[in-house]
Amino acid sequence: MNQKLIPFNNFYKIFNIISISLIILSVLLLLFKGLNYGVDFKGGTLIELRTIDSNITISDLRKSFNKINLGDVSVKEFGKENDYIVKFEKKHTVEENFIQNLKVELSKQIGNSFDFRRVESVGPKVSSELLKSSILAIGLSLTAMLIYIWIRFEWQFSLGAIAALFHDVIITLGIFSVLNLEINLSIIAAVLTIVGYSMNDTVVIFDRVRENLKKFSDIKIFELTNIAINETLSRTLITSITTLLALLSIFFFGGEILKGFSFAMILGVLIGTYSSIFIANPILVSLGVSQKTIIKEDKN
Amino acid sequence: MLYFSKLKITLVIIFTLLLSYFSLSNFIKSDDFLFQRNLNLGLDLQGGSYLLLEIDNEPVIIQEVQTKFLQIKKFLKDKKINFKNIGILNDKDITFEIYTEDLDKTKKLFDDKDSEINPYYPQYKSHQFEINIEQNIFTLNFSKYGLIQIKGSSQNQAIEIVRRRIDEIGTNEPNILKRGNDRILVELPGLNNPDRIKSLLGKTANLTFRFVSQNETESFGTEKLLFENGTEAIVSKRIILSGDNLTDAKPRMDNQSNETVVTFNLDRVGAKKFAKATSSNVGKKLAIILDGKIISAPSIIEPIIGGTGQITGNFTFQSATDLALLLRSGALPAPLNIIEERTVGPDLGQDSINAGIISLIIGFVLVIFFMLFKYKVFGLIANITLIFNLLLLIGILTLFEATLTLPGIAGIILTVGMAVDANVLIFERIKEEVKNEKNQILAFDSGYTKSRTTILDANVTTLIAAIILFILGSGPIKGFSITLGVGILTTLFSVYFIARLLTSLYVIKNKFKEKLI
Repeated sequence: MNQKLIPFNNFYKIFNIISISLIILSVLLLLFKGLNYGVDFKGGTLIELRTIDSNITISDLRKSFNKINLGDVSVKEFGKENDYIVKFEKKHTVEENFIQNLKVELSKQIGNSFDFRRVESVGPKVSSELLKSSILAIGLSLTAMLIYIWIRFEWQFSLGAIAALFHDVIITLGIFSVLNLEINLSIIAAVLTIVGYSMNDTVVIFDRVRENLKKFSDIKIFELTNIAINETLSRTLITSITTLLALLSIFFFGGEILKGFSFAMILGVLIGTYSSIFIANPILVSLGVSQKTIIKEDKN
Repeated sequence: MLYFSKLKITLVIIFTLLLSYFSLSNFIKSDDFLFQRNLNLGLDLQGGSYLLLEIDNEPVIIQEVQTKFLQIKKFLKDKKINFKNIGILNDKDITFEIYTEDLDKTKKLFDDKDSEINPYYPQYKSHQFEINIEQNIFTLNFSKYGLIQIKGSSQNQAIEIVRRRIDEIGTNEPNILKRGNDRILVELPGLNNPDRIKSLLGKTANLTFRFVSQNETESFGTEKLLFENGTEAIVSKRIILSGDNLTDAKPRMDNQSNETVVTFNLDRVGAKKFAKATSSNVGKKLAIILDGKIISAPSIIEPIIGGTGQITGNFTFQSATDLALLLRSGALPAPLNIIEERTVGPDLGQDSINAGIISLIIGFVLVIFFMLFKYKVFGLIANITLIFNLLLLIGILTLFEATLTLPGIAGIILTVGMAVDANVLIFERIKEEVKNEKNQILAFDSGYTKSRTTILDANVTTLIAAIILFILGSGPIKGFSITLGVGILTTLFSVYFIARLLTSLYVIKNKFKEKLI
């Protein structure tokens, strides 16, 4: 080790305190503020509407939709000017020509210069099923990761990796809660991909920790993790950068529909990279991983 | 790790070129007879409508209980078993009381594995009915598997009717699939406004002809029904003729009255029944009832014996066409509810394709420049690998005729970002090895060897996430999991075969050069 090492391990404590506070904050947010579920999980109807006449303002739309008896309607701008997202809880399965009638009602108020570009309507039964299967998917993927790492490494590593994953998932959701961003199916896909990505990052460092445990029998785990982080640091950074480049490209050029997805992924890559270094490794240290942990495994 | 046999090189080249050809065939329009597969575009990209229908089986089950009730009554009589207090409770339980002397015999008749009245399904190890005997009272209700059977058969009937109705409208390549045992998924590519299909699928289309009763009030055997305009009529419960006897129905302009009507043809049985009923009831009013609403109730002027007739009822040409279509395609066994709908207009789909392609190109160019800047020659190798990786990925998706969705495109772009990881891991490892190993070839070789397990572990984790998403995700999300998962496989292939081959060629050629990487 002739190179100068960046002393990441000196910052374990401070970052752990920060992370734990962020996790507590996120849990509190999730418990008390909750998540802003989209129609996928809450049920209801979403309409993406484009106005062709640019004189129609968002408040015109709000007024018009409120006049039509739909219950609680939310109208938001969506990306480009003249594009709007209209959401309400009523779903149109009850009436046959609901959308057609809605168009007629709306054109009475603002004329014909609008177009429904997308309509999504989810009934209460389907939305609760989607929510269940999403929670199941996240739970299952975490369990599968736990088992995989357990098979490939020792339990201490498995625990460290899973702690890092929980950290990433909870804080990402916490940020979605505090920013009031919508949770829909694509966000769940993003969360699962984050789980995969963060795991990937952690595994690379852990592999090096294990290799170093075999190589240097006289160095303590506190130092060893730091050596491993430093040795893999340029890889960690380069991969994060290329992944972020791809994600930023989706975020800025991939259209409104993918915005939430790519934002969640960008958050996840940043948090996942951080947690691989500052969450997974300190856990190895505090669980007292040593050369013995590895030797025991080799004997088996 | 750097050695390749001639055979291996040839195989890698053939495989890569073949898949690249598949992939490129999507973009070149030609009448290629060798390979005619194409990537399918998801509804979110080509525009179209996704409908999830749920069959409301409640009335079917009530109907089945009633049928079974009559069968049991007859069965007990045939077997000379005395019973009393037979009845149906809460529309679902059949109960009756048996005298003590027949108790064992009856039990056996219902419990036996070859019971005629309570069939046994060996594959489920269950009877059609669960039987509960308390003192001498039998209570029967459908077992879990008895219900599954009913639901399955009503789903089979319903999907057939749904298919006929959609085919009649003539949309492009509809996709109609079973989901679970009481749902039907309908995908209608290119359909911008599904309102007409929705209203056609929303009708059970149960047509009956029944006489209007002379009585002013409801009495036994009659019921009060409404016309479309809300006025009431008392109608006999006895069905003269039902939609089952119809062989054809068409909308037509009636020349005399200048009204749009629906004409229908009856089968032989229906024609006979209709002739008989109309002959003996001239002057009476015959109500034509669709799904519990009276369409019209014309008076019978003369006997209708030809097996054809017409329905009048303030139709527009559109509504007459729809009614004729519904009558031709037959009645649904139970009402259908639309429980999920997703419709994307074609221009939004095109916008999504454009945005997807632009962000793919930009993401790709950014990653390529970054890698060139960072690794020079090896960056070039990584980039060539990346291009082939993309071609392989699209080639495999094409080969399996996978459906590409907008999240699927996001999965491809993400693959571009993450695919270089394996090469980066290898290159970084080689850099470390070069420090201790003077022989370049050996250093490269051990760089590859030592990074292998790490790369495998790292990719398996993402693959696990993709597989779980594939199993539990629906629609567009499934598309994402497919591109992500296949992307990992093509990445591993391209890194270990294409990139390694290129690296090996370059290193062997320049083995005496200082500082290769």
